[in-house]
Amino acid sequence: MRPTISKAGKLAGVAFATAVALAVTGCGGAKVGDTAGAGSGSGGKCGNFNIAINPWVGYEANAAVIAYVAETELKCKVTKKDLKEEVAWQGFGTGEVDAIVENWGHDDLKKKYIDDQKTAVDAGSTGVNGVIGWYVPPWMAKQYPDITDWKNLNKYADLFKTSESGGKGQILDGDPSFVTNDEALVKNLNLNYKVVYAGSEPALIQAFRQAEAKKTPLIGYFYDPQWFMSEVKLVKVNLPEYTAGCDADAEKIACDYPKYDLNKLVSKKFADSGSPAYQLVKNFAWTNADQNTVAKYIAQDKMSPDAAAKKWVEANKDKVKAWLPKG
Amino acid sequence: MTVTTTTPAASASAGAVTPSRPRRPLNRPLAVAGVLAAWVLAWLVLRGRDTLHLSGASLTPLHRWINQVNDSVGASRNSSPLFLYFFNEIRLAIDTLVHFIQGLIAQPSFDRPLPVLGWLGVVALVAYAAWAVGNWRVALLAAGGLVFFGLQGLWQESMDTLALTLSAVLVSLLFGIPLGILAGLSDRFHRLVTPVLDFMQTMPTFVYLAPLALLFSIGPASATIATLIYAAPPTIRLTAHGIRSVPETPLEATESLGATRWQTLTKVLLPLSKRTIVLGVNQTIMAALSMVTIAALIDAPGLGKTVVKALQTLDVGTAFNAGLAIVVMAIVLDRVTTAASARAEEGRRHSGGRAERLRRPLLAGFGVLALACAYLSYTYVWAAEFSLRGDVGSYVARAASAFTDWAQGDVAGVTGAIKDGVTVGLLNPLQTFMTESPWWLVATVAVALAVLLGSVRAAVTTAVCLGLLVGTGLWQDSMITLAMTIVATLLVMALGIVLGVWMGRSDRADRVIRPVLDGAQTMPAFVYLLPFLALFSSGRFTAILAAVVFAAPVSTKIVADGVRGVSATTVEAATAAGSNTWQLITKVQLPMSRRSLTLAANQGLIYVLSMVVVGGLVGGGALGYDVVAGFSQSQLYGKGLAAGLAIVLLGIMLDRIARAAAERSGGPR
Repeated sequence: MRPTISKAGKLAGVAFATAVALAVTGCGGAKVGDTAGAGSGSGGKCGNFNIAINPWVGYEANAAVIAYVAETELKCKVTKKDLKEEVAWQGFGTGEVDAIVENWGHDDLKKKYIDDQKTAVDAGSTGVNGVIGWYVPPWMAKQYPDITDWKNLNKYADLFKTSESGGKGQILDGDPSFVTNDEALVKNLNLNYKVVYAGSEPALIQAFRQAEAKKTPLIGYFYDPQWFMSEVKLVKVNLPEYTAGCDADAEKIACDYPKYDLNKLVSKKFADSGSPAYQLVKNFAWTNADQNTVAKYIAQDKMSPDAAAKKWVEANKDKVKAWLPKG
Repeated sequence: MTVTTTTPAASASAGAVTPSRPRRPLNRPLAVAGVLAAWVLAWLVLRGRDTLHLSGASLTPLHRWINQVNDSVGASRNSSPLFLYFFNEIRLAIDTLVHFIQGLIAQPSFDRPLPVLGWLGVVALVAYAAWAVGNWRVALLAAGGLVFFGLQGLWQESMDTLALTLSAVLVSLLFGIPLGILAGLSDRFHRLVTPVLDFMQTMPTFVYLAPLALLFSIGPASATIATLIYAAPPTIRLTAHGIRSVPETPLEATESLGATRWQTLTKVLLPLSKRTIVLGVNQTIMAALSMVTIAALIDAPGLGKTVVKALQTLDVGTAFNAGLAIVVMAIVLDRVTTAASARAEEGRRHSGGRAERLRRPLLAGFGVLALACAYLSYTYVWAAEFSLRGDVGSYVARAASAFTDWAQGDVAGVTGAIKDGVTVGLLNPLQTFMTESPWWLVATVAVALAVLLGSVRAAVTTAVCLGLLVGTGLWQDSMITLAMTIVATLLVMALGIVLGVWMGRSDRADRVIRPVLDGAQTMPAFVYLLPFLALFSSGRFTAILAAVVFAAPVSTKIVADGVRGVSATTVEAATAAGSNTWQLITKVQLPMSRRSLTLAANQGLIYVLSMVVVGGLVGGGALGYDVVAGFSQSQLYGKGLAAGLAIVLLGIMLDRIARAAAERSGGPR
């Protein structure tokens, strides 16, 4: 035998011996499964509850609290699914999603899934009011107090010029998920502005954060409730007041956005199932302040959604009690 | 930044393709300049006419029609036999595969509170496999990388991502390699499949993400299929390429010996193209990993979710930590497959040699050791759950956040000036030319340039693509995107040549720069885009930068490869003749790697186009924003799909022109 081979053989032997030694002696300690089964009682009559998580923090706050209550009080097996809005609505039909717990308008989706396909059912208001509009950072509202009236916007157009806006003032539009009438508004209100698309919520927030920190001018599309509002309290610019029907023709809109009564939606199947989780979703309602509290726990205090929900629920037992199914 | 002083429009579009020495009586550079000058003159007269403008919320009949089709598919979901017997079966098969792999390494399964294999088992088995197919160095790297995930506090997320990536790659190979072989053997099939692959690689994922979730319902199956649509093409292309590049001689020899087609394939073609096929697998893995964050939008488990969640609260640190895990995974998988490909090459040369026989006992010995570790991790909690958290994750997160804060605090003034300079000096004039000329003028110029730089055939393709672009109803948005694409590609090439030459000439530079390039390619874009947004604020320039970060690595690597490929004797001869370094680079190394330069420009361009959508998320507007909005608002779905098609058309058009130009300039060698 050549020496090299015996060397390799020896190495292999050592490896093998180590393996055996490891397996026999090297390991005391707990075995997998020893401690399992302590708290995992199965779901009683609630069973599975699939809740969609749309990608913004306010939504996550609603969902975290509902999921926490469903798990601890109703013993449901909750599955959270991270989905964009449209995909979540689709999920009603396929049975992959039971509930959406914060919805901003979306009349087109309502028509498609509630009226036409009949796979979704409105489950009432969340008690949270949504506002969409044009905002400026607080320092601007302080320095130019009359900027919050749209009639004065042309006076300040020069302040908002950027290399993106071609000589006009820039209105930073944002999140592609939200309906915007801003191009029509600029045209119909004769504003010397150009709509520039920031393209995403992080881009929009980053822009406002920077504008406030550096005291640079910025006007843009934003909405409330939003966790960022508790970091920088943006000031709304008042457009001509919204009246019912003033937004009927998209091309001719010259009024502010309507106030949204944010609501919940469930799948038809889930509503008919008689699950206690459905009662919980239906009864769930709180306030903007409540949602902001939980959103702040998640966004700024960096708590996990579950821990944030626990903290809020323990401090608000009465409110939670009102949501639970009777009897 | 390296390039800020290029003169507008004219030189910009001409510079996108490497100019070549005239070989015909017609002086082509002069003709190109003539066409561009004519364009400028015509623009002065005709500007603002027939620009085909379509504002943000407006739709064309085509867009509405696509919406209707989409709706009717959704409505027939539960009744159509196509769903019941076709899509649902595919979904079931893929879901089973993913759940099985997740059960092995990532998720509690088989009535156990933990996955079958704990961290020790995964580390041992992966290191063993890396050693068996590669070498001990990559085995160490793999083990180190995996332990790093644990230390980051991201063990389970990483394993979920690994499980999903492996599933997507397995399915890609299952279909990709046979299709690739077919495309390698049959010219007709090759011609048929190439545009389909182009389509799969340039169509933005956002366009088909929601429909996929509809066809295959929400879950791992949709995420896997979305990933493999983007990731499978490299395997198919490179398998076909490998088989096509097998030299004639061994083929003729086998045929004369009377081998059957099957024997020729398995005994000659496949072994000889093994190295290229493994490279294809490598590229497929990289592509699959670049889909991790997008797939998270339809509930794909793993690191992507961590990134997406962190971005909701602008938590750059946490996002960076998760992004780093993706980069590490990419580097590990890349180095292991590269080592495997090198070994495949070696193994072919010395198969049956002494070295091979020596490996046997070692393979068995280490195999038993790895299995023992796997058993331990199956049985004992300490080997199953990664408890040695350390604080690496939070340390990384804090460091990244601190860096971002510093950057947005102190540097933003300078960077704002750079942004304004490039936007006003280069981008705005170029865009004005392209969007404010009548569409037929731009189209004529483009076709003329295609003839001059490329070939008549490329010009025909260009004309067809432009016609279809008009049909999408998004002409003006397409022109804005095209202007940004041209500027981005110029920057990519400038960066690619500088870094590529440096890497090609110095091994040490290569060793330092290469991991950075790998990182730039696989780090989820938004992680570095948030600081970019702070520095440059949202706008087209930031969108361009995003594209440059993603595309420059590919071009750089190709240029470096080309420069290194210049034969040593030529370089020595030039040095002996008294050339200094600058002369050596400009007169010898760059001209001699001209083919690589064209390929680098071509690939850079395709990669730039694949970032158009990400650009839309940071203020790029135009087609990118149309796609994103279409994904988010159902009434804009049709417009988003049309925008996706427009991106594909731009890609095919530019690719065919560049290829024709390369063929023309690369002819005599």
